[in-house]
Amino acid sequence: MIKRYTGIAIALHWLIAMLIFSAFPLGLYMHDLKLSPTKLHLYSYHKWIGITVLGFALLRVIWRITHKPPPLHLARWQEIGSHIVHGLLYLMIIAVPISGWLMSSAKGVKTVWLGILPLPDLVAKNKELGDLLSLVHTALNYTMLLLVVMHIAAALKHHFVDRDDVLLRMLPMNKG
Amino acid sequence: MKHFKNMAFCALLLLACDASAIEYNQVALNQSAVTFGFRQMGVPMDGKFGKFAAQVAFDPDKLASAQARIDVTLASVDSGSSEADQSVQGKLWFDTRSYPLASFVSTSVRPLGGNRYQVTGKLTIKGKTLDVTSPVSLTVKGNSAQFDGSFNIKRLSYGVGIGEWTDLDTVADDIQIRFHLVVLASPSSNQPKRKTP
Repeated sequence: MIKRYTGIAIALHWLIAMLIFSAFPLGLYMHDLKLSPTKLHLYSYHKWIGITVLGFALLRVIWRITHKPPPLHLARWQEIGSHIVHGLLYLMIIAVPISGWLMSSAKGVKTVWLGILPLPDLVAKNKELGDLLSLVHTALNYTMLLLVVMHIAAALKHHFVDRDDVLLRMLPMNKG
Repeated sequence: MKHFKNMAFCALLLLACDASAIEYNQVALNQSAVTFGFRQMGVPMDGKFGKFAAQVAFDPDKLASAQARIDVTLASVDSGSSEADQSVQGKLWFDTRSYPLASFVSTSVRPLGGNRYQVTGKLTIKGKTLDVTSPVSLTVKGNSAQFDGSFNIKRLSYGVGIGEWTDLDTVADDIQIRFHLVVLASPSSNQPKRKTP
């Protein structure tokens, strides 16, 4: 019998994963496009996805604090390692969208979620700050990419090499 | 006799009024601004023009002869990013190579009561001239008058943002033009001329 995460935790995990897997390549692609209506649309979609990630991430942190995850039976070093990577991933799913939001404010383009909900500008328009935040956003994203690669590699290793329940407890299945 | 005194007093008062009639006609460009607002993907955006020339002749008591002309150097556009500024100078938008200036020339000024006026004139952008009307508020501070106003134009009626940009979902048709002009009173206009010895 596998002890799984709660349904909400599993749903939030995969939702955020899907959104990140769309926003990240979209961000890379749109950046080098020549200015066009398509580019402006893609930028908006990217920002909307990012803010959605931020919303889900905050929900997820609250859920994680109030709901204990199922117990792990791993070596001490593995448990410490997984805590560190998970902690950093939580940090990234909050810091990456916020850095993008800040960058948008600094570049003088308000973030209006889904074209409906205007978010406050966190900093005033400032070109130098905008360029700096662009670098920060990029650096945080590549850090997140590295963490995601480690996270996936560990999950696959547990599933296919160790043949334990680590991956299964985060998979959405009805029977365990 | 008493009646005559009153008349004389009135005449003096009229003269005093006349002497205080001031024409504002020296535009302080470094304190003035021409800015614009538009919506891009539903997001309100702001921009400005760094370079423009303006001539104003405005005497609140002689509105019939009031005049204003503003010539905006379109290549001085600041729309938020250098990429957008480059793009907006291109053929699809302003086509600044063929049409370097946007010009407003007033045709009439009428009072709206208080310190508010309505200015009508011809706005030429990209070789196309259309009538525009703008409310303007006047604020007098010492020797200077501040004129503030804004009006909306439809960018497509001037052929600005054509081709792929005709799609109004990305950049809306309505563009708000705002101006803030600081105009000083001419130093000689309210002083009697003196004979040189």
